[in-house]
Amino acid sequence: MALSEEARARLAQQAAEIIGRYPRSRSALLPLLHLVQSEEGYVSADGIEFCAQQLGLTEADVTGVLSFYTMYKQKPVGEYHVGVCTNTLCAVMGGDVILADLREHLGVGVDEPTEDGKVSYEHVECNAACDYAPVVMVNWEFFDNMTPAKTRDLVDGLRTGMAKAPSRGAPRLCTWKQASQILAGFPDDQATGGHTAGEPTLAGLRIAKEQGWTPGSSE
Amino acid sequence: MSTILTPALTADWDEPTSFELATYERNGGYRALRSALATPPDQIIQMVKESGLRGRGGAGFPTGNKWGFIPQGDGKPHYLVVNADESEPGTCKDIPLMLANPQALIEGAIIAAYAIRASHAFIYVRGEVLHVVRRLHHAVAEAYQAGYIGKNILGSGFDLEVVVHAGAGAYECGEETALLESLEGKRGQPRLKPPFPAIAGLYASPTVVNNVESIASVPSIVGNGAAAFAALGTERSKGFGIFSLSGHVTTPGQYEAPLGVTLRQLLELAGGVRAGHRLKFWTPGGSSTPIFTDEHLDVPLDFEGVGAAGSMLGTRALQIFDETTCIVRATLRWMEFYQHESCGKCTPCREGTYWIVQLLEGLEKGQGSDADLDKLLDICDNILGRAFCPFGDGAVSPVQSAIKYFRDEFIEHRKYGGCPLDPAASVLFAEESVR
Repeated sequence: MALSEEARARLAQQAAEIIGRYPRSRSALLPLLHLVQSEEGYVSADGIEFCAQQLGLTEADVTGVLSFYTMYKQKPVGEYHVGVCTNTLCAVMGGDVILADLREHLGVGVDEPTEDGKVSYEHVECNAACDYAPVVMVNWEFFDNMTPAKTRDLVDGLRTGMAKAPSRGAPRLCTWKQASQILAGFPDDQATGGHTAGEPTLAGLRIAKEQGWTPGSSE
Repeated sequence: MSTILTPALTADWDEPTSFELATYERNGGYRALRSALATPPDQIIQMVKESGLRGRGGAGFPTGNKWGFIPQGDGKPHYLVVNADESEPGTCKDIPLMLANPQALIEGAIIAAYAIRASHAFIYVRGEVLHVVRRLHHAVAEAYQAGYIGKNILGSGFDLEVVVHAGAGAYECGEETALLESLEGKRGQPRLKPPFPAIAGLYASPTVVNNVESIASVPSIVGNGAAAFAALGTERSKGFGIFSLSGHVTTPGQYEAPLGVTLRQLLELAGGVRAGHRLKFWTPGGSSTPIFTDEHLDVPLDFEGVGAAGSMLGTRALQIFDETTCIVRATLRWMEFYQHESCGKCTPCREGTYWIVQLLEGLEKGQGSDADLDKLLDICDNILGRAFCPFGDGAVSPVQSAIKYFRDEFIEHRKYGGCPLDPAASVLFAEESVR
């Protein structure tokens, strides 16, 4: 894929804004890689060249950095990228079964989009939602307490345009490219929406309130 | 029953708009900043030292001392970097904190930056949590608008810029020097220490790197006084902390308590291990802390108590596994994680984690031998203390502790020709959900 002149000009404006946030320009490299990923859905050779040009780095330098981080893709993934947590806790609680079932259901390999381009998947490591295990991510939004059946329904919905809202996260699931814009530092208007403190988040607080416990009461 | 839980950081999380600046202010937010800005910076550092606050990211280094190491009057820019790269397996406290009350983190960061005389603060948040990234941007924007960040904050003459920086997927970036490398736009690999970040951190300038929960604890210390914080907890592990219960427990979730609480107390509040089952093993502070068993239910969960019992308090990530869980499988999965995440910089960690996975795979299938257990421990010995950063030490924790407490179960796999346990018995959902 090639970046059009129009895209380059638009991205260059955003890149200037990103670079302006940092005392030294190279710090902008990770956000710039998210930025080019937001345009093409992955970091292409053009994307690498763009980042290098903006920061005065070599393309080898940029490639060396991007290959270190798992969130950058070097070929297209689906419009909705699904991550199934299979770190020990989620795996044991059901993540392994969910991933095996999803692989069979989608019939594609890791990071490989379905024919319609809608969905791809990978296993992810601990995503800091262990009290909601097993956890599935879609475009880095939380789908909590998942089962194989719920995960199948979820991806079927993503493929038919009936995307479910995350259990905890934005009211509307955004696309992979839109998510990359946010990661580059250009948030959408969904920050104040969505349900975010589920029952596990509040478990201890609820008990403390029932008991009338406060930090002062234990002194 | 006497007070076991002490919601401070978590106190307002049940309000629907807890993440909004107006809610935070209504609940007393930003009073601490006003009082801090009227206090000499060195006195703030002293106050944090006196509170006894120790780093909440796992290592437990005294936060005030870290701040005190920043050379003053050196003519160099100083930086504050908040480590919001929460990735240690089992750890799930900073993410809900940033979703529910990001302003506590922002206020703490402003006070910390003022204390160390930094005019630039960065929040390095892992990229895989999109809504947290949104909430942080929103919180920073609201704080700018209210004049809590920017030029001449509240007329004090103190200037501060705060930048939200999203990572891109690398566990190693939770290590402070790897995080700094990453923030400089490089591969996230650790640096040799010394020099420590306090002397040569971001852009080789004096830098404090603190965990989210540490920084978010600062407003309450400054607002309520060091003594109130130090009144909680134990002799050398002061204050409150968030304990995260997950796994085979009736009511998993976040439980904020003074350091020194025990798993027995927390489990009792959380309804115990899931119905009909019993505790087999657990981690006190994430997968990098050696596992405990049901022998350790009464170990005080503070830095000293957990250390004396042979593990580490870490991030208070209490992952609970019942008797249906195969120790070999659990260990293998953790080691696959460490192998996947090893940054590759140093040989013992890069190669050692690879070989440990190979051996564990054989053992899980019942193809190993007793000699493999000795080989595993030998490899662990060659990683422990020989790796460039604490990743290596953390990586051997599951293996060494699993063999220590469950050696027979490893051997049983060989006798049985595979795993004697049924993995389906461990899952949290009903069988009919599986096709």
